Amino acid sequence: MQKILEGSRAIAETVNSCRPGVVSAYPITPQTHIVEELAQLKADGDGDFEFVRAESEFAAASIVLGSEATGVRSYTATSSQGLLLMTEVLFNIAGMRLPIVMTDANRAVSAPINIWNDQQDVMTVRDSGWLMLFGETVQEVCDLHILAFKVAEQLSLPVMVNLDGFVLTHVVEPVEIETREEVAKYLPDYAPMEYLDPKNPLTFGAFATPAHYFEIRQELHDDIVASLKPIAKEMKEFKKAFGRDLVMTDFYGNKNAKTVLVAMGSVLGTMKEAIDELNKDMKEEDQIAILKIVAFRPFPDDEVVAQLATAENVIVIDKSLSLGTEGVLTTEVKRAVFGKIKANVKNVIMGLGGRDITKDMIKKIVTKKDSLKAVEFVGK
Amino acid sequence: MKIPLTAKPGTSSQVKTGNWRVLLCPEVDHEKCIGCGLCEKVCPEGICFSTGETNSKGKVFFETDLDYCKGCGLCADICPVKAIAMKEEKK
Repeated sequence: MQKILEGSRAIAETVNSCRPGVVSAYPITPQTHIVEELAQLKADGDGDFEFVRAESEFAAASIVLGSEATGVRSYTATSSQGLLLMTEVLFNIAGMRLPIVMTDANRAVSAPINIWNDQQDVMTVRDSGWLMLFGETVQEVCDLHILAFKVAEQLSLPVMVNLDGFVLTHVVEPVEIETREEVAKYLPDYAPMEYLDPKNPLTFGAFATPAHYFEIRQELHDDIVASLKPIAKEMKEFKKAFGRDLVMTDFYGNKNAKTVLVAMGSVLGTMKEAIDELNKDMKEEDQIAILKIVAFRPFPDDEVVAQLATAENVIVIDKSLSLGTEGVLTTEVKRAVFGKIKANVKNVIMGLGGRDITKDMIKKIVTKKDSLKAVEFVGK
Repeated sequence: MKIPLTAKPGTSSQVKTGNWRVLLCPEVDHEKCIGCGLCEKVCPEGICFSTGETNSKGKVFFETDLDYCKGCGLCADICPVKAIAMKEEKK
């Protein structure tokens, strides 16, 4: 059913339609509305889940770790400092192969304290073993949640759905909200292989000596790499069930464009408008295109290489920074295309701590493309 | 996911941790042992145990399970009759 909702409410209603058994969270801007709305759904009698209030994000993550281990579909959401406080538990959840779904409303990390959007929080827990998806619009973010529960439980891997804080959490726009019944046709009940049960005692997260740890970590890596195929398959199933497209990457603009901008998240909307205006007056060979990245983990190397194969300039727009080197998405793109494409990959850092990214700024980058430094900061 | 990640109760005994021991290893003099059981009480690993056998003085003597002993020496330290000596261990 199409509704006009705030992004957070839309996510809450979608998560509720996915039939979680336990929701636990600690409020933090800009995630707060998501969990407030879930609590409201529960209070109104519209949600069947237990809502466990936690005293910190560390506790919230630990609570969903425990509930998921008992075989119950579990969900949490956080932002920024909250995500960092969860760090230790995030690694445990992935290491125990618990298919928890969480939402990260992407926000800058202190200090200085800042509540506005960038993508530093998620990039800081990049190596925790979670699958990481980035939505551009509220609709895409909602749809990614439904997909997330499906692939998480199929692959025994946790999934973090990312959306830009405020830009998407607090925007009001039309969105298709799938009902419980509609989602149930796509997403069956959670059927764990093993779960905590007093009648059949088990230890999760047990001690592993050097004789075993190595292969367990390798398997986690291998399974994340191998998750590309089942995710692509589930995206097709999603289209069949709900009629909307989900993609790992998306190419926007002229396939023969020599300059391609790469980015993740809500900034893509601004970028598309900016390049549409630029391309209007340009010869085909001078046109600019955009490569949108939705799947950051697993990273779709082959798709990225194929889509950048003919480009001469690749400019990655990053809302995060590995201090002292470059943007984190840039490093990822460089790794994927190394030795496989002819273009130089340049990096532009934008939008840190909620700095507005305007169409003019995007246009400025494109016009300056030949004189960009390897890592260029564009804040004005 | 093919590698089982969960463990059944009691299976930690399959992980022999005695090779964590460095340098010193407890050696119990069965003849000196008076069977008081203090070593069993202080052992952090729970590997000092009564053998149920008696020495020439009629005392039930204790022993250590070196498969799991980490060589901390608390047993030797607490022993009131110095029946446990920490001896250098050649591996």
